[in-house]
Amino acid sequence: MAAPELHRFTLPNGLRVVLAPDRTAPVVGVSVHYDVGFRSEPEGRTGFAHLFEHLMFQGSESLEKLAHFRLVQSSGGTFNGSTHPDYTDYYEVLPSAALERALFLEADRMRAPRITEENLRNQVDVVKEEIRLRVLNTPYGGFPWIWLPPVLYGTFPNAHNGYGDFSELEQANLDDCAAFFDTYYAPGNAVLTVAGDFTVERATELVHQHFEDVPARPTPQRPSFAEPHPRSELRGTHTDPHAPLPALAVGYRLPDPSTELDAYLAHVVLTGVLSDGDSSRLQERMVHREALVTDISVSCGLFGAPLDARDPDTLNVTAMHSPEVSVDRVLGVLDEEVEKLAVSGPQPEELARVAARWAASLHREQDRIVSRTLAFGAAELLHGRAELAAELPELLSAVTTEQVAAAAKSLRPDARAVLVVPAAGGAQ
Amino acid sequence: MTAVTHRTAEQIGHTERGPRPLPDLGAQAEAALPSIVDTVIDNGLHVIVVRRPAVPMVELRLRIPFAGTDPMHSARAEVLANALLTGTKRRNRTQVDTDLAAVGGDLAAVVDPERLSVGGSALADGLPVLLDVLADALTEAAYREEEVGREKERLTERIQLARSQPSVIAREALQRYRYGDHPFAKEMPEAEEVARVEPADARALHQAAVLPKGSLLVLVGDIDPDSTVDAVRAALTGWGSAASASLLPVLPTVTGGDALLVHRPGAVQSQIRLSAQAIPRTDPRYPALQIANLVYGGYFSSRLVENIREDKGYTYSAHSYFEFTPSGATLMVDADTASSVTPAALWEARYELGRLGLVPPTEAEVNAARSYAIGSLLTSTASQSGLAGTVAALATVGLTFDWLREHPLRLAAVTGEQIAAAALEFLAPVNFTGVVVGDAEQLAPQLRAIGGVVLP
Repeated sequence: MAAPELHRFTLPNGLRVVLAPDRTAPVVGVSVHYDVGFRSEPEGRTGFAHLFEHLMFQGSESLEKLAHFRLVQSSGGTFNGSTHPDYTDYYEVLPSAALERALFLEADRMRAPRITEENLRNQVDVVKEEIRLRVLNTPYGGFPWIWLPPVLYGTFPNAHNGYGDFSELEQANLDDCAAFFDTYYAPGNAVLTVAGDFTVERATELVHQHFEDVPARPTPQRPSFAEPHPRSELRGTHTDPHAPLPALAVGYRLPDPSTELDAYLAHVVLTGVLSDGDSSRLQERMVHREALVTDISVSCGLFGAPLDARDPDTLNVTAMHSPEVSVDRVLGVLDEEVEKLAVSGPQPEELARVAARWAASLHREQDRIVSRTLAFGAAELLHGRAELAAELPELLSAVTTEQVAAAAKSLRPDARAVLVVPAAGGAQ
Repeated sequence: MTAVTHRTAEQIGHTERGPRPLPDLGAQAEAALPSIVDTVIDNGLHVIVVRRPAVPMVELRLRIPFAGTDPMHSARAEVLANALLTGTKRRNRTQVDTDLAAVGGDLAAVVDPERLSVGGSALADGLPVLLDVLADALTEAAYREEEVGREKERLTERIQLARSQPSVIAREALQRYRYGDHPFAKEMPEAEEVARVEPADARALHQAAVLPKGSLLVLVGDIDPDSTVDAVRAALTGWGSAASASLLPVLPTVTGGDALLVHRPGAVQSQIRLSAQAIPRTDPRYPALQIANLVYGGYFSSRLVENIREDKGYTYSAHSYFEFTPSGATLMVDADTASSVTPAALWEARYELGRLGLVPPTEAEVNAARSYAIGSLLTSTASQSGLAGTVAALATVGLTFDWLREHPLRLAAVTGEQIAAAALEFLAPVNFTGVVVGDAEQLAPQLRAIGGVVLP
């Protein structure tokens, strides 16, 4: 892919800024990534990082409640935010005429969000509805991202439910919010990304104008969430009252992308060899030839996107299977196929196909300005290099057969978590 | 909870300088006009190719009208769609995927009561392969015994999964309630119907209904329109028939009336789904109704969302939108709410419908919705895939790229009076029917009290 033109600078208050101009369409994307996710929320306050994300939309010093939504949308734009293990992002995509307005909105809530008891209680209710919609009232809700980590991990940050328990959400108070904001939402703990139709000079000037007087605050020491790899196969069961078919998830630890990026990327390629398309190893055998599973998918990252978290990160296998097929049969075939790759690695044509599909899917993603903006922001925040988002196709195409074989070798049956979801009504 | 000392929430919300003035919007550049070829080729296929070179990809959308009135049509069509890309005379399933993967390609087929859709993409220089695999499937799909058998099993499991999802349960109930036994209402076959479909049935349906005349192919990407049309002609030369693809029979008009309560024992959340007859994009009143709908529930800054989410916390997701049907359009109102507040949310949704006609949108509401409608046309067509989807959706109802280009002008010209009239005429509560899916034991007493709901 044509290397994007990236510019970066840091304001005196510590805010890191990435500019990615692209004049092909008259739209802009603006995002702010804060270096705090649900791994940082304290015990007794599960779901707090996500709840706080909602509160950041509830007004700020210059903006009444509802004004944020109204101003973005009446400028012709769209907005959202999302909470991940290691970061929380906020974004707007708008016609380019609204660039300054978007920067103003983000600066205002970075400087002085309006957090009130009334809005807190209202958003606790909204978040509970979100959890009912996405988790409690739907088959395979939260599978595997909520239910697999407590099997694979032993420490609270890595293992707990990032959506949170209702009782803990209800206990959240204004003081929690104030402490969370002052600790984690400092400008020095954030990355601002601007992508799309603008000149670097103008965007730089506007960023200075709107963000420069956000007061600097100390940035928190980022804790290590490291914990040892499992030393045996760990098993757990999740009861899903709506699941029509049994499902299972297998979690393996991934290499640390900050110290072993090549090995991490080899795992990304491995996931493609295993499950991307009808010709992939697991789909070909398990879905079609032997009809063991309805669907099977292998991915890096809890939400299915590689490099979306710091260490520790998870490689997930998820499968839905008919009640006649046992969990051990599914695991047995998975292990056989992984073992074959560990011994001989993939064929060169397989590697070429996986690289081509990754390149295509990354091009498509980057063609959407929202994904492009967020990808640059997340890569800058987590890995210190926005460029990584654009370089991925080339990096993945450089992965060798031997590296993929080594990755396959690391998926050890005696160092993984297996989560079983029986079908509702008891059929395994 | 974290920092040892920190400010209070009150202190955080204020700075010495105080609130700041909102910056004005800048000047808006227009989207560059892409080069386009829009033509009908010899076999009757409507082909639209748009050059959009932002990334080295090409997006493909094929739309084949695919209606049928036979009670088994839905099952046969589903099996056909699931098996269409599982092998041809010269490629087996693995070869289809291997060839596509080599050019970063994907193709997938889905069917609904109105049409068979094949969508995909590839690296732009892989377009010849993408077209070759597509043409191969269109002209020589094999429907091999073992592939059809496996796809039937998976389809049955997917149907079982779909029908355990509240949104699907609500959709099926609404379709039956709105359209009775019209083929449009049957979006998913029964498992026992799927079991009765043989490979020969899929082959026969393919022969009779996978037809170019009346169908549409859209390609958008880093490609040259003229030579791409030539490439399409060459690739699809073997795809032909004198017959035309099959259009859905005209739908009955949706009439207002009591909503139906559908019992889902033990549900912790209910689905409210309301619907009324609307007008298609070709109607001169459409831009006014588009803006009226936005003000009601068509975007976040709407009366419905600000009421039942941001004020009352009844829901995470509430929205209203157009559903474009083959012969027109309907308006839909969706909200998922906890059982304890479902009747109250239904009350508020109806209240806001009534209020929209009685207390017409203010100038500020109109201007916000208008800007959103114009701006979202820009943002939603800024990517190749967004543009391909939009061009395909418009072309299937006979609208060209010019309609898309001119629509901002129509939106800009709509007056407040026209919007108020559209709100009163189309968004009136008496026009709406619908369903509420939830735990009837919890919901019935309050729903009985507010009325307008048929209880089980």
